[in-house]
Amino acid sequence: MIKKIVLMGNPNVGKSVVFSRLTGANVITSNYPGTTVDFSKGTMRIDGKKVEIIDAPGTYSLEPTNRAEEVALQMLKEADVVINVVDATNLERNLYLTLQLLEGNTPVVIALNLWDETRHLGIHIDEKKLEQLLGIPVVTTNALTGEGIKKLVSRIKDACVNENIKPTSEEGRWIEIGSIIRKVERVEHRHHTIKDRISEATIKPLTGIPIAFIIIFLSFWVVRLIGENLISFVFEPFFENWYKPLIIKLGNILGPGLLYNLFISQTYGDIDFVESMGILTTGLFVPIGMVLPYIIAFYLMLSILEDSGYLPRLATLVDNVFHKMGMHGHGIIPVFLGLGCNVPGALSTRTLETRKQRFISATLLAIAIPCMAQTAMIFGVLGQHGMYYIGIVVVTLIIIYITAGLILSRTIHGESPEIFLEIPPYRRPSLRAISKKTWMRIRWFLKEAIPFLFLGVFIINILYTAGIIQWLGNTLSPLMETVFGLPGSASIALIIGFLRKDIAVGMLLPLNMNPMQLVIAVTILTIYFPCVATFTVLIKELGIKDMLKSTVIMIGTAVAVGFILRLILPGV
Amino acid sequence: MDKKIIPLTALPYNKNAKIVSLHGGHGFQHKLRTIGIREGQRIKIISRQPLRGPITVMVGNCQMTLGRGMAQKIMVEIL
Repeated sequence: MIKKIVLMGNPNVGKSVVFSRLTGANVITSNYPGTTVDFSKGTMRIDGKKVEIIDAPGTYSLEPTNRAEEVALQMLKEADVVINVVDATNLERNLYLTLQLLEGNTPVVIALNLWDETRHLGIHIDEKKLEQLLGIPVVTTNALTGEGIKKLVSRIKDACVNENIKPTSEEGRWIEIGSIIRKVERVEHRHHTIKDRISEATIKPLTGIPIAFIIIFLSFWVVRLIGENLISFVFEPFFENWYKPLIIKLGNILGPGLLYNLFISQTYGDIDFVESMGILTTGLFVPIGMVLPYIIAFYLMLSILEDSGYLPRLATLVDNVFHKMGMHGHGIIPVFLGLGCNVPGALSTRTLETRKQRFISATLLAIAIPCMAQTAMIFGVLGQHGMYYIGIVVVTLIIIYITAGLILSRTIHGESPEIFLEIPPYRRPSLRAISKKTWMRIRWFLKEAIPFLFLGVFIINILYTAGIIQWLGNTLSPLMETVFGLPGSASIALIIGFLRKDIAVGMLLPLNMNPMQLVIAVTILTIYFPCVATFTVLIKELGIKDMLKSTVIMIGTAVAVGFILRLILPGV
Repeated sequence: MDKKIIPLTALPYNKNAKIVSLHGGHGFQHKLRTIGIREGQRIKIISRQPLRGPITVMVGNCQMTLGRGMAQKIMVEIL
């Protein structure tokens, strides 16, 4: 009986797309190798029976070279049936894993995916012959459009073991593959297409580097444009014209007292969505009214970059710089994902090969990459004083990322191997896929952020009512004042920042600091410590010992940078 | 005809070459082969990043970026 089906295949052949098609479950898919770094589980029905399907990270062979590939091997051990997703445009190379799978005793069925792309590339594959030679079912599919998926499902039960394929040497497998390819594949000569030209222009340094700057600049400009417009035309009108009257009414019903303080505002009759610290005011306004618009904008842009296939080209262009920081070009992926949320950023460090690379990448992420929730709040709080101040924060963080990277690369023991990365063809991102992916990430954000924000606001209320905030503010005042030039109460924001960084930035607003003080405060807030969600993932990824080391580096950097900024920024 | 064998790093742009042999450790060679860089395959250079940065090659239908150190260990023959 089939209980567990595992999807196996080389990186970036579309396993996750097949998985979504089979299960209807939502998983993040993109056009670059290493999107899936962990397994996802889903279920589907075959002949009325429930079957578990597992989407494993991609791997080129059954000898793992990084942590994501180790996960894939682990999954294979539990499989009753393997669906081997094969990239039809790179059949020869993909067959290596197929042969290794066939040497085992788990039944295999092949999904010959990206079938439509073979036509444009002038590749002709005789899939019937392939089925005959391999002795297992072969189904051609276009997972992106859903073609062939039904047929694949109907043939899962035909999956079988080929007894004639015996374990052999690496060389033996290649000889076998060569003979299979000669029998099933014919390749026509093909001319240069416009796609090839774009591909070359974006990866050659002379044209690629200016294009990279333009793309990155444009992306952030569009994120800001969409974010700001969503706020001023959708979210602000909603909260001001519709939600505020409702809250005022509710306030009148509640009357002054503890409940009013907790749900609406610390001071009776005065409602300010950012500063009031009520669960229904600040607790909802910060995630939805200030952060969500930027989250929508950011993930829309990120999805387009991911699905087009641009990121591996960017990784190639920045490899030099990242190699000097002890990583390699693929280190740009955790940075991009981390700009949305540090949690997926930290997980994506798994595609780096060595402990040293993962440690540096994760530590730098936690130190210098603010998540979109925090960035949105920085724009909200600091933006009103002028873009100049936001510029100081951004430049400071970039300098920290590079400086800390250069130092860590020289002080952390271990190897940092060179880049070895497949460059996928450009694909036109589909509107449907992009909106689905953006929606999944937004939903994830709301589910993660709102409970923590409520908790944060709740704790602030308790601390405030108990007088702890005032006491802590006074006690830490001399320290904060002398070291960072900040008021003592700013220390409260640092404590709450462990829960959520966005609300912590919001807490700085009522302290009446000047813009330069705000610059120092938000910079320290970024560096000193990750939020609890990221912290938990980092412990899992790095192990407790390395995480402790990383924490010391974070706090040390925060104190040093805060102090230096206080000395060099005028008018603190 | 001149059958000079050179490391991949010395291959000029847009010249087709055939991979003759791989150097380096067993694990490294295995990794290269599984991604498609194998003896007998045709290879072409697409780009070279400055300051000894990585090079991007085309093998079969596949493009990939690899470090100079790795490319140094791939011996090719210009076709």
